[in-house]
Amino acid sequence: MANFLSDLIDRVRLGLPRAAFGVTLALAVSAQAQETITVASTTSTEQSGLFQYLLPAFEKATGIKVHVVAVGTGQALDMGRRGDADVVLVHDRPAEDRFIVEGFGVDRRDVMYNDFVIVGPKRDPAGVRESADVLDAFKRVAAANATFASRGDKSGTHAAELRFWKDAGIDPRTLANYKELGAGMGPTLNTAAGLGAYALADRGTWLSFKNRQDLTIVFAGDPRLFNPYGVMMVNPRKFPHVRREAAQRFIDWITAPSGQATIAAYKVNGEQLFFPSAQQAAKRD
Amino acid sequence: MFPIRLDNVRFAPNGRPVLAGVDLTLGGDGISVLLGPNGSGKTVLMRLVAGLQVPDSGSIDWGGAAAPGDAVAMLFQAPMLIRASVAANVALGLRMLGLSRAERDRRVAAVLGRVGLADRSADSARLLSGGEIQRLALARAWAMRPRLLLLDEPTASLDPTATEAVERIVREIRTEGTKIFLSTHNLAQAMRIADDIVFIAAGRIGEQAPAARFFARPQSSEARLFIQGELPWRISFPT
Amino acid sequence: MAQTLLDALALLGDLQHDLLAIVLLSVTVSGLAVVFATLIGLPLGAWVAVSRFCGRSAAIVALNSMMGLPSVVVGVVVYLALSRTGPLGTLGLLFTPSAMVIAQTLLTAPLIAALTRQIVEDAWRGYAIELRLMRYSRWHSMSLLLYDCRYSLLVAVLAGLGRAMSEVGAVMIVGGNIYGFTRVMTTTIALETSKGDLPLAIALGVVLMTVVVGLNSSALVLSRWAMRRYG
Repeated sequence: MANFLSDLIDRVRLGLPRAAFGVTLALAVSAQAQETITVASTTSTEQSGLFQYLLPAFEKATGIKVHVVAVGTGQALDMGRRGDADVVLVHDRPAEDRFIVEGFGVDRRDVMYNDFVIVGPKRDPAGVRESADVLDAFKRVAAANATFASRGDKSGTHAAELRFWKDAGIDPRTLANYKELGAGMGPTLNTAAGLGAYALADRGTWLSFKNRQDLTIVFAGDPRLFNPYGVMMVNPRKFPHVRREAAQRFIDWITAPSGQATIAAYKVNGEQLFFPSAQQAAKRD
Repeated sequence: MFPIRLDNVRFAPNGRPVLAGVDLTLGGDGISVLLGPNGSGKTVLMRLVAGLQVPDSGSIDWGGAAAPGDAVAMLFQAPMLIRASVAANVALGLRMLGLSRAERDRRVAAVLGRVGLADRSADSARLLSGGEIQRLALARAWAMRPRLLLLDEPTASLDPTATEAVERIVREIRTEGTKIFLSTHNLAQAMRIADDIVFIAAGRIGEQAPAARFFARPQSSEARLFIQGELPWRISFPT
Repeated sequence: MAQTLLDALALLGDLQHDLLAIVLLSVTVSGLAVVFATLIGLPLGAWVAVSRFCGRSAAIVALNSMMGLPSVVVGVVVYLALSRTGPLGTLGLLFTPSAMVIAQTLLTAPLIAALTRQIVEDAWRGYAIELRLMRYSRWHSMSLLLYDCRYSLLVAVLAGLGRAMSEVGAVMIVGGNIYGFTRVMTTTIALETSKGDLPLAIALGVVLMTVVVGLNSSALVLSRWAMRRYG
C-alpha cells in the first residue's frame, strides 16, 4: 500500500500543479468572458441598495457587468490612484477635484445628490431639534458635551462632518465625548445606537439601517446637508488597462435621462433617496 | 564487507563511557551471539557494527572498507510498524532496492510463507501479537537478502513459543548465507543458537570463542560469574 | 432570542438564490485554497521534520508563528502585490475569486506546514533509524511518514479548512465583496452586521457553521471507513 501511494504521489506531483494552474486560470478567465468594469464607490451608496437597483438596468441596456467595490471615499480614490478601478463614484467634491488635478481622473460629472441627517437619542439631551441650522446643531452638541459618534475614516461623510465642525468654529477633538471610530456608516450607527450618541449619517444608510434602538432623526433639511455625488473615469492615459469604452458607456448612461430616471425611481420605504443632478453640459476634463 | 574489525573503539555519549576500548573481529559465517548483562553496551556495539553510529575514537572497518558495502538489516526489540497491511510492512525494506513491483510482491509472498504469516498478509499490521510482529520484522529483513543481519535482544519480551519460532527462522536465514549477529542476556538462548560467543561486560569484550569452548571453559572471570549467576549449577555442554 | 433566531431563518428565505451562490463560492474558494495549501504545506512540513539544516530552529519558529498570521495582514500584502501598480498587477487578478484563493492559500499553508512538521517529526523519531538502515532517501522517508500519519494529517488539513472558511479579513480586502462575484459567507455576515441587520448576520453564521460541521463530519466518516477498510 505504501508502494502504491509512493507511485501515486509521484504521478500526482507532476499532474496536480498543472491542473491547479488550469483551474485558477479558468476562474480568472471566466470572469472576463462577459464585458465588465470595476467601479470604486462608497459603502453608504452600496448599503443604500441603489446599485442593486440601478446596475441590472444598466446591464440590460448595454450588456456590461459592473463590479462594485464599496469602500470609504478616501479608499475609493486611492483605488483609482492605483489603477485598480475603471470608474470612481464618490461624494466628496474637494477630494474629487484634487483627484482630477493630480491627473488620476478625467471627465468628472455630477450624478445625483442625497442628503445627510443628524441622528440622536429620542430624548435629545442637547436640544438639537430646536436648531436653526446645521451649524447651530453642531454647536448645541458641543455645548451640551453630548456623545458624538464620528466615522473617522476619511469617507465623504466624515469629510462633510469635519467641514461642519470647522464652519461652526469647533475643534471636535477638544470635546470629551467625541468618539472617532474609523468605521463605516453602518458600524458607526451601531455604536451610536449602543451609546445613545449623536451622529451624522446619509439618509440612504439610515433608512435601511435596522438596529436603530433609541435613535431617531433629530435634524434634517438644511441645504448645507445636501450631499452631491460625482463620477469620474480613471485616467486611461495613466493606466492603459482601464476599460475605456465600457467605462465611458457607464458614465454616459447614468448621466443620461434614462439612467437619471432610474436613480430617481429608487425608493426605500416609499421614500426617494437620491435626486438626479447631471447637467447635460459638454464634457470637461 | 567481512571481516568486520573493531580496533580499540571507545564510545562515550554525554561523557558517560559505554564502550571503553573494544577490540573485535567478526567473520562472515554463522551466528555470533553478543552475550552480556544489561548495561554492558550491547545495543551501542550493535549500532556501531551496523554503521549507524561512529565511535568517539578507535576504528571500524568492514572488510577494509569505511562503510558496510552490502545490505545490512537490523531487528530491534520493538520493530517499526506503519499503519498498513502486513504485506506492506514487509515490503518496506524493498523500496530502495530498485526491484520491479512484481519482484517485490513475489519476495514478500515467499518470505511471509516461510515465517508462517501468509494467511495474515492483508491484515492490519497493528493487530498482530508480539511474536507475530517479530516474525514480520524478520520477514522484512529476510526479503532484503541482507549480507549481515543484526538482532538486538529480539525475544526479550516474547513467550517461549514465540521465542522458539524466532530462533528457528534465524537459523534458516543463516543457512542462506546471511551472517547473524544477535545480542542477548539470555544464557539459554545463547546456548541454543550460537556458533560463537562474543562476551561483553562493562564496555569491554571479555572473551570471544566458539560456543562449545566458551560454555565448557570460560576464560575470563566475568564470564564465569555471569554464567554462574544465571545458572547456579554447572551444566555440561553437549560436545 | 429564540424568536430572533426564527425571524433570522425566515430572512434566509428572501436570500435564497443569492445564498446558494454565496455558499458555493465560499466552499469553492476555501476548498481550492486548502487543496493548494495542502500541496505546499504537507511536503514542506515533512521536509523540515526530517531534515537537518542551518537555521532549522528559526524555520520552525517562523512556521509556528505564521499560524497566527492575521488574515487582514495577508489581505493587505496580497492586495498590494496584485494591485495594478504592484508587481503582479498585469495579471489583473485583483477583486476576483482567484485573488481570494491566493490569499487564503498563503494564510493556510503555514498552518498546515507547522502542524505537519510536528506530527511527522514525532513519527520520525520512532522510524528514523530503521529507515536509515533500509537506505531510504529523504524524499521516500517523507512520503512514507506522510502516508503513515495520514489520519493525524487529515485533522491538520481540516484545521486549515476551518481557518480558510472562517476568515474575513483577507477575502474582504482582495475580493472587494462584490455582489454576485466575490461575496462569500464571511463577508456577507460582516456586511449585514455593518448594516445593523444582526438577525440575518446570525442566520448566515448558522449556515456557515452548518457547512463547516458538514465538511468535518464527512471527513470523519471517510477516515473511519478508510481505517476499517485499509487499516
